[in-house]
Amino acid sequence: MESQIILKVENLSVKFEEEQVLDNISFSVKKGDIFAVVGPNGAGKTTLFRALFNFIPYKGKIEWQEGIKKSYVPQRLTIDFYFPISVLEFLTLKLKKEDREAIFEVLKNVGFSGDEHHLEKHLLDKKLGSLSGGEFQKILIAFALLDKPDVLLFDEPTSGVDIGSEKTIYHTLADLRKKTKKTGLTVIFISHDIQMVYQYVDSVLCLNKEAVCLGGPSQALSAEILEKLYGKEAGVFAHEHRKF
Amino acid sequence: MEYLSQSSFILSLVVGLLVGAAAGLLGSFMVLKRMSLVGDALTHVALPGVALGFLFNFNPFFGAFGFLALAVLAIWRIGETTRLPTETIVGIFFALSLAVGILLTPELELLEALFGDISKTQIYDGLFAISGSIIVFLVMKKIFKKFMLAVISEDIARSAGVSVDKINLLFLFLVALIVALGVRVVGTLLMGALVIIPAAAAKNFSRTMAGYVFLSIVFGILSVGAGLFLAKILNLPPGPMIVLASVIPFLVSLSAIKR
Repeated sequence: MESQIILKVENLSVKFEEEQVLDNISFSVKKGDIFAVVGPNGAGKTTLFRALFNFIPYKGKIEWQEGIKKSYVPQRLTIDFYFPISVLEFLTLKLKKEDREAIFEVLKNVGFSGDEHHLEKHLLDKKLGSLSGGEFQKILIAFALLDKPDVLLFDEPTSGVDIGSEKTIYHTLADLRKKTKKTGLTVIFISHDIQMVYQYVDSVLCLNKEAVCLGGPSQALSAEILEKLYGKEAGVFAHEHRKF
Repeated sequence: MEYLSQSSFILSLVVGLLVGAAAGLLGSFMVLKRMSLVGDALTHVALPGVALGFLFNFNPFFGAFGFLALAVLAIWRIGETTRLPTETIVGIFFALSLAVGILLTPELELLEALFGDISKTQIYDGLFAISGSIIVFLVMKKIFKKFMLAVISEDIARSAGVSVDKINLLFLFLVALIVALGVRVVGTLLMGALVIIPAAAAKNFSRTMAGYVFLSIVFGILSVGAGLFLAKILNLPPGPMIVLASVIPFLVSLSAIKR
């Protein structure tokens, strides 16, 4: 695969009032890569994403390849069971017109199986709020894929999802990558799950306000680095999700 | 005389039904945005404007809309520049404007300002109601998908290029418009109910967005229609009757969400 740089970040710093949330971060992402951002809570991972989308003011340089289309998959949304919207209606929010063909295609890409009639009855007609955690997350990915982005940005793809579904979602990601190899979909995601990172990503950025490591996961994520990131009890970390 | 009261009843019915429909539409979004209390409090901001209308003899609609529009802008601006929760800001505005409104309103007209009097509807009110509700429906049709996306997740909407802040402000202006129109129908105290209750009932019955919004509009229309007829037959004030009527579908809807 050609190694085009799709995103270049140089000396990125973000301050909220007096608090330095991100300090002098530099990295770049190659086209077609799966790139992970790991780090403990409060390390500035979500802030980094918000800066990448230009939602918040920052210092430094963020350069996306020109004309790039990016899509965002947020942390689990708080949609209650009674929120009146069907899965089909949700997916259609991004489209000018209801385009079943496009919808079925992305559903297959994120791993929903069955013929169209089955999908319609057992998925599209269901209430969005009635989906299981894993299904919901896959629908969010499908939604993000609908307008054919070049880059997917995922915030904690597996937060609030049970372990079985968690594996499915990473599997979906890996599988998606195979399916989109031709178009070279780039995936950047935040994760707290180091094991999954080893298994699925090309490059990793460890974040704790500043960049602690950068590179291929097996070299970058040394025991020393993990200890620096998470403290001595690396691997045992509670995660609450903060919303800014 | 009979003819006159008949035609003024029809006029008030037209105004009421249009306001009910538009309130149902806007309410469906208010409920999803969890703005029920904000919406309710916001309606009270209309009171000082209505009072000025009574004092200086102009249509209270203008006073109400002026005050609501100012309040919406102020609330939006304070929310942007400070980190105070909207709830707190609206709460303060609400108390302040109720106090000022009660002081300003001539005693004779206080009841009318608080609870509305649709029988005083004039032909202008009809024209305002028609144009106001057309504006509400057209604008909502235009922003529907983007706004719904922002209700579900502001971050997704922003990343898809939706100007969330602008849409929120636009929506608040539509609410201000419809509340100002509703002041005649149910008054400043009860207008919040007309925005929220039909939508709350519709939500309990609905599985799809389309069904929900449609039902919310229908409940808005039915509440006003039934309330007005009941008020006429029983010779009671229409405002409270409309609100009572709107609670009926809500009570029925509770059985639909039994676990």
